[in-house]
Amino acid sequence: MTRPMTTPSSRGSDMAVDEVVAAGRPSSRGVFLTRHLPIGAAIVLALFAVPFFAPADLANALTRILALALLAVSLDLLVGVSGLPSLGHAAPFGVGAYAAGITAKEVTPFAPVPLLAAVVAGAVLSVLVGLVVVRTKGTYLLMLTLAVAELVHVLAGRWTAVTGGTNGLVGIPAMTLVPGGEPVRLAGIRYWYVLAVALLFFVLLVVVSRSAFGRSLRGIRDNEQRMSSLGYSTFRVKFTVFVIAGAVAGAAGSLYVVQSRFVSPTDLGFEVSALALLAVVIGGRGSLWGAVLGTALVFYLRDEIGPLLGGRGGLLMGAVFIAAVYLLPRGFAGIRVPRRFHRRQEAS
Amino acid sequence: MLGWLDSNLVTMIDGVAFGVLLFTIALGLSLVFGVMDVLNLAHGALYLGGAYLAVSIVGDGGSSVLVFVLALLAALAVGALAGAGLSLVTRPIAHRGHLDQALLTLGIAFVAADLFSELYGNDVKSVRAPAAFGGSTSILGSTYPTYRLVVIAVGLVLAVGAWYVIERTRVGSLVQASVADAQMVRALGVNTTYLMTGVFAAGAALAAFGGVLGAPILSASPGLDTRVLILGLVVVVIGGLGSVSGALVGALLIGQVEALGVSLVPTYASFLTFGTMALVLLLRPSGILASGRAA
Repeated sequence: MTRPMTTPSSRGSDMAVDEVVAAGRPSSRGVFLTRHLPIGAAIVLALFAVPFFAPADLANALTRILALALLAVSLDLLVGVSGLPSLGHAAPFGVGAYAAGITAKEVTPFAPVPLLAAVVAGAVLSVLVGLVVVRTKGTYLLMLTLAVAELVHVLAGRWTAVTGGTNGLVGIPAMTLVPGGEPVRLAGIRYWYVLAVALLFFVLLVVVSRSAFGRSLRGIRDNEQRMSSLGYSTFRVKFTVFVIAGAVAGAAGSLYVVQSRFVSPTDLGFEVSALALLAVVIGGRGSLWGAVLGTALVFYLRDEIGPLLGGRGGLLMGAVFIAAVYLLPRGFAGIRVPRRFHRRQEAS
Repeated sequence: MLGWLDSNLVTMIDGVAFGVLLFTIALGLSLVFGVMDVLNLAHGALYLGGAYLAVSIVGDGGSSVLVFVLALLAALAVGALAGAGLSLVTRPIAHRGHLDQALLTLGIAFVAADLFSELYGNDVKSVRAPAAFGGSTSILGSTYPTYRLVVIAVGLVLAVGAWYVIERTRVGSLVQASVADAQMVRALGVNTTYLMTGVFAAGAALAAFGGVLGAPILSASPGLDTRVLILGLVVVVIGGLGSVSGALVGALLIGQVEALGVSLVPTYASFLTFGTMALVLLLRPSGILASGRAA
């Protein structure tokens, strides 16, 4: 015997205790409103103000990060909140991106239509995949989601008639904000649109996560057997969250296309799934907002710092993965202001 | 039917050779997965490392069988060391769940892929089979590269050897017991740390060995690591956890599906592979020949 017997669930039960403690505090909801809401509002205002002082390049980079952040947040709902680790979340993202691109090209570039098509496409894919995949757990689930995403990736490269094959889907028109209206060409307006839609879905995910349904997700994450003996159909709950996450990932794909106006098989490749997962882990599993910060950091490192290293981007990302696992097991969200500070603030 | 067999015989033998290579990857993956419950995403990198080792030692000029055997032995040694190292670095986070271990090995795979492309560039590097096996043999009227027949023979020896070790030795029964219930084996007083390190090292050595063996067929190039890793995972899903015969059956099945698919219906080949996986999952969720616990 070299180490104490620990079960994989020990981490989970820690978290459950945290939550019980949080719920037991009389002012849990009050703290949310008084402390978190002003911070959130300030951040949202600052984000909306970006186009007024930032150059178009920065607005474009932020647009891309927002789309990917929505992908990461939807993945966090699966991984962090529900305990369903997926290595293939780029699949609904990419399918949504293709659906949005094709709809914009063939039907109308009026923004809500491709967005809706992307949501539906992400959800349909997740229904098909979820029926098989959600029955498994742990390592098996990781493996299956990876395999299915790889299949979708290969399909995107082969099905040339629809996807444009490995050359990608080109010629996607710029979006319009009124049916048949002027195409939007200003980076700032595009940014505002993406920010608004991303916020909408982010709020939706936060609401899902804080609802009774969200609590049953955490219950399944921490102890599926107990939830099942309490009478929950754990399959139905897990399947539902899998489809919700897939639909939102599809929406993220459509936001990505609004800016890039191009989709290629790389956009639903393994790297995207892996980086989204890294963003979730760095940000802190289960916090949802942490995934946004994580995405910003991961894609800043990859797109801004990586090229400076002369093609050593892979090495950098690998090192970030390893460092994140060893050094930041709970991510940004796990770095807490010392409790003493909080108490003093509440006392004053 | 006979005519169809005749015209596709070469493809089917190709499929067997490819299946043998998949077996070398899948067996290690399956045992590490079964015994330690670790999804080792660096397993493809071990295979590719073996292939690059063949590039360095054997190269694409003709070489003697001796040099090739030397490369195989070197791959076994390097692979075993790398596997022991991997088991060492995943141990501190073993209690933290599947995702952390998968992410760690994924990070290692990224770093390894980057090092390989730094050392060997981004082009496809081919390896020539040893001169003695460089020719072709005639089978039922079709000519066929001798080397691939050698690969099939080596694969059969490996499969029988692995089956013997797992099914007929004490170490093998401990490994099987760990797949079924690792805590119970620990409670019986077996030092599972050594056992797990050993399984990890053996699985990694086998993958690197497969890399050398497969180098004259699949060459070595960036991206090959991901490809073999994913096919290896599919084989494990199809064959079932921690079972030698499952890995073999799954590998041969996927080898056939890949080879025949690419030759008969090239557009849909990858669907066939994953379709086979989905079908097996729907009909037998824990694999064709599952041993131990279900997923």
